[in-house]
Amino acid sequence: MAMIEFRNVSKWYGAFQVLKDCTTKVEKGEVIVVCGPSGSGKSTLIKCVNGLEPFQQGEVIVNDQSVGAKETDLPRLRSRIGMVFQHFELFPHMSVTDNLNLAQVKVLGRSREEATAKSMALLTRVGMESHAHKYPGQLSGGQQQRVAIARGLAMDPIAMLFDEPTSALDPEMINEVLDVMVGLAHDGMTMMCVSHEMGFARKVANRVIFMDRGEIVEDAPTEDFFGKPRSERAQQFLSKILHH
Amino acid sequence: MFSGFDFDVIQRSAGYLFREGMTFTLTLTALAMAGGIILGTLLAMARLSSHKWLNAPAAAYVNLMRSVPLLLVIFWFYFLVPYIGAWIIGAEDPIKVGAFWSSVITFTLFEAAYYAEIMRAGIQSVARGQVAAGQALGLNYWQNMGHIVLPQAFRNMLPVLLTQTIILFQDTSLVTVLSITDFFGAAVKVAQRDGRLVEMYLFVAAVYFIISFSLSLLVKQLQQRIAIIQ
Repeated sequence: MAMIEFRNVSKWYGAFQVLKDCTTKVEKGEVIVVCGPSGSGKSTLIKCVNGLEPFQQGEVIVNDQSVGAKETDLPRLRSRIGMVFQHFELFPHMSVTDNLNLAQVKVLGRSREEATAKSMALLTRVGMESHAHKYPGQLSGGQQQRVAIARGLAMDPIAMLFDEPTSALDPEMINEVLDVMVGLAHDGMTMMCVSHEMGFARKVANRVIFMDRGEIVEDAPTEDFFGKPRSERAQQFLSKILHH
Repeated sequence: MFSGFDFDVIQRSAGYLFREGMTFTLTLTALAMAGGIILGTLLAMARLSSHKWLNAPAAAYVNLMRSVPLLLVIFWFYFLVPYIGAWIIGAEDPIKVGAFWSSVITFTLFEAAYYAEIMRAGIQSVARGQVAAGQALGLNYWQNMGHIVLPQAFRNMLPVLLTQTIILFQDTSLVTVLSITDFFGAAVKVAQRDGRLVEMYLFVAAVYFIISFSLSLLVKQLQQRIAIIQ
């Protein structure tokens, strides 16, 4: 059974359709990169996984639970899926440690000591242990994003979602974040990443999903996608971003 | 030009003015501020709710309170609260509320409408991504509000909340119309007893000015410090 499954998902903003009949699967341990031109619906698609974006048609099944169903305990489901945002979204009024501790204590019911131990272990993993006492405003973009990844991991997630995690970063900081993500992928984390980092995709992705105008145009194993993309739109997109 | 005046009256009555009057004024201000901010925050959350049966009554309440003169509200509640209280607990006779609690309730309910508008702006000033991040971690609505949104909203709005409190501090002088001995009321009583209206009113004005102006200087400083943090 797939970890995440989209079944004919459609979504409209008023009359404008942002997702058109999207169907795909993410198996346990798979790394999927979602790419496509801006406004193609890729962020919207991954936000359907944890119900941050409601949708009108179709079904999203995560770990055997239907995200849109009334009986689904959405906060509980969300606590099991890590999410990393384009603009980090660390809580500016809390120290790095408290950013990691908050949901562990409030949602998972861990003791403060237990949570802090977990947080420190994860901050070490992303190379941020020496900044634990600092506030997000004192960190660089790359450092903030690594903390944000650690914050997601602190909840022991069954999958991680990345929404353009490097596109708000200065170029010299992109790699420190990608390195952490590569490490995660090698450890077998199930990941769905909206990203334009094709080097990252080539290195760790099992499949690449290409979206355009709300449709999944291409959903292919990584070698096939880069080797011989079938659709013209994917070819155009690739030639645009690879030749600059 | 002050030759015909007797400023000694201030010295003679200072103990009474501050011990009785100013204590009442400051207590009323503090309680109404605390109550008003709590109720106002709940009203702001209700106004921003997507449930019509929550946001419509909250909006109606806020608009009503902001559209009637405070003096009218003071009279309303002073005479109505005993009856409303009796109706709530099912008593036969109007309950005795007393001037103090009647004014606390009045000012809390009135100021809540103003604090609500400030907190509404404050909640909206918190980036939407912050809410999404809290949700994505599995926080429910109240946890998200309590730990993520409201602390940031308060911090952003602190200068405005304090400015509103300075206004509240000045507005409490209106309770004098109920013959309550707040700072202003105490001064009026002394002034009338001793026939020293001009001296007392000058003195009262000076005291209100000094307190309000120093508080607004404090607010200005606070504003600058918040601007640096952000």
